Amino acid sequence: MKFRGVLVNGLTALLVTCSALLGQGELRFCLRSEPRTLNPLLTADESSEAVRYLTAGVLIRMNRLTQVLEPELVKFWKVSEAGRTVQFELREGLRFSDGTPFSAEDVAFTMRALMDPQLRSPVGDSFRSAQGVPEVTVTGPRSLSVRFPSAVAGVERLFDQVAMLSSRSPLKEKAVLGPFLIGEHKPGVHIRLDRNPHYWKHDEQGRRLPYLDSIYLEIQQNREIEFTKFQRGQVHLINALDAEQFQRLSRESPGITHDSGPSLDSEMIWFNQAPSAPIPQFRKDWFRSRNFRRAVSAAIRREDLCRMVYLGFAQPAAAPFSAANRLWHNPALRPHEFETKAALRLLALDGFRLENGVLKDSAGNRVEFSLVTNAGNKAREKIAAMVQADLAQIGIRLNVVALDFPSLIERISRSFSYDACLLGLTNVDLDPNGQMNVWLSSAANHQWNPGQKTPATSWETEIDRLMYAQSSELNQKKRKASFDQVQRIIWEEAPMIYLVHKNALSAVARTVINARTTALRPQTYWNAERLRVSVAAQGGAR
Amino acid sequence: MKIVRTLAWVLLASIFGASAGAELLALADYSQQFRESPNRAPSAQFPLGTDDLGRDRFSRLLYGSRVSLFLAAAAAALATLIAAAVGATGGYLGGVWEKTAMSGTDLVLSLPWLFLLLAARAALPLNAPPLASMSITFFLLGLLGWAAGARVVRAATRAVKESEYVLQARASGCGPFRIIVAHVLPNLKPVLIAQFWLSIPTFILSEANLGLLGLGVSEPMPSLGTMLREMESVSRIASYPWIVAPALLLLLVVSCFQVVLRGEQRPL
Repeated sequence: MKFRGVLVNGLTALLVTCSALLGQGELRFCLRSEPRTLNPLLTADESSEAVRYLTAGVLIRMNRLTQVLEPELVKFWKVSEAGRTVQFELREGLRFSDGTPFSAEDVAFTMRALMDPQLRSPVGDSFRSAQGVPEVTVTGPRSLSVRFPSAVAGVERLFDQVAMLSSRSPLKEKAVLGPFLIGEHKPGVHIRLDRNPHYWKHDEQGRRLPYLDSIYLEIQQNREIEFTKFQRGQVHLINALDAEQFQRLSRESPGITHDSGPSLDSEMIWFNQAPSAPIPQFRKDWFRSRNFRRAVSAAIRREDLCRMVYLGFAQPAAAPFSAANRLWHNPALRPHEFETKAALRLLALDGFRLENGVLKDSAGNRVEFSLVTNAGNKAREKIAAMVQADLAQIGIRLNVVALDFPSLIERISRSFSYDACLLGLTNVDLDPNGQMNVWLSSAANHQWNPGQKTPATSWETEIDRLMYAQSSELNQKKRKASFDQVQRIIWEEAPMIYLVHKNALSAVARTVINARTTALRPQTYWNAERLRVSVAAQGGAR
Repeated sequence: MKIVRTLAWVLLASIFGASAGAELLALADYSQQFRESPNRAPSAQFPLGTDDLGRDRFSRLLYGSRVSLFLAAAAAALATLIAAAVGATGGYLGGVWEKTAMSGTDLVLSLPWLFLLLAARAALPLNAPPLASMSITFFLLGLLGWAAGARVVRAATRAVKESEYVLQARASGCGPFRIIVAHVLPNLKPVLIAQFWLSIPTFILSEANLGLLGLGVSEPMPSLGTMLREMESVSRIASYPWIVAPALLLLLVVSCFQVVLRGEQRPL
């Protein structure tokens, strides 16, 4: 019996070792929704992006761990003409998943498809500008240049999102250059990604990547079911856990949860300053007052929000970029301090006064306004309830209204029939150029007063100037200085009151080898080609 | 059975009484956030523990029951009133009136009421106080919830219409309106009372459904629906089993209504 036990243990150990060496295995995790498209040029939702990330080959990839751009399908790239032109030299011998060779013609084909106005590619939008679209010139079988109509700082980062298509393959966009290809797709049920037999990368020992045989993506909207499946070992990863699940899992199985620190996501409040807003003039006057906005900000206990809503897995926010964005975070800015007396002093400067616990403006109007947010987001509803209680301390009555998302969007972007809004912003692009559509006064997503013909305030004029300056400046230090100044103005004027940056919380089963989580998406499988699942795990992920 | 019905009445009266006297029974204000004590287990200070924001669950349950039970009763009264008017008029007058009334009833029954409520709530003024917006929501529930009752009332009216006393009233020259008000409706009392009682749990559950979607009562006011949202996660129930109290209360109220109703339903 003893010998049999030793034999079984030995065989198991051998199997685990072999699986690690041979790299067979299937990684399983959930997508939160059915991907809206499998065309990599049309992706806009998280699930489609996950499929694109795992299947697409890109010219340049941003390393999610180091946040440094690395050559992927190219041997090197060179930015010239003061940021107007990017020259690429492709790697040799690359093939799409169906065996079709990859050449500079394919890059030109992809760029033409991307710029096709009929396609309406969201990825292509990043490449367009008022001056026109970029021109692609093929200079050799493996060399080409992309010339932009005007200088764009940090332009090469845009290529991280561009999946290369084959101009010759009959499979069209199904022929891929990434580590995996779509093997099976049952809409609403699952997508199975199989290993790309022609994937070009090798590990340090010369073995062809990826290690995994396949990735099984289960389409599962219910986060509770996803969590239960993870606990039962039926899925290996959870990319984004909520704080409560994270805490519970950490208690039950220490070591499989990962807190990667503050994420790029932020929660913030802004006041409606649109001149056309159908709200009383006195409220517009409040919302346009810097002192009023700063007073509201100073009355909010951000520490409590982090502790109670996110169970401590969040950081008080000061500005748009959290510390997760190593290059663009402005560490000099601290969150507005909670200080009721300071808030009341600021309000007094504008003629507000506290009478029997009720704040009134100089005309005697009671300070009361509504805060809209999207229904169904529990964290946001809790934040709203806490802000409501905090503002009551300085005599402000806040009416919290949870609206279904279409109604909310209608109010904040078309009818402007709202006072203040609590929403979150998910930053995908680390570069400030990705936020031009937020900070420019003429932008549609300049939420507090969108689409201005000329900037309504002097500080918005300054933000416009600085944003344009950084977008065409090639000197990184000068760019950073400009955007630091933009963040400082936002901090001082508080058109958006940043509340918290929640932490990037994820879980990875112990049986997944080589996993290194990051705060950037996709947090757990950014290095999917190097992930392995041990054979022992096939019976249970944990 | 009589004992069970009496017990149900007593329980209902106790629950309604406790929620009506929430100010006297609550140990803390329902909106007060004890931020140093979130998610506390039941104790002498917090008999049902505290929620995520440190608010006393017992106080919130008392006030939440008041909102849900009383406003549901008001909505049920409104729905029964409309059902009586539409059902009795259609059933008594017959012909085009009946066809119109029943077409209207079918139309209301076929409406996706949830979306209608979402749209109506989205159109409400944002600065309405929580109680006002909640009252409007229940008013809308009442406005939309009469159709099934109207069918029952119409069927009962047709039976009453053929009765001898109605025939005699008609023979003595009474007009249709007078006959409906003075003779038909009083004889439909058992049906209408049953409809009223039946509607209350329906509206409580409708509000709970809206609450589960996050579209129920606005913060900081509690309701059974908003409190039920805490039970969305099964594992959370395992960690904090006392959060099922609103569900148990709702179950108790609905069961009591069912028991009471069975006693109230008598043949015409």
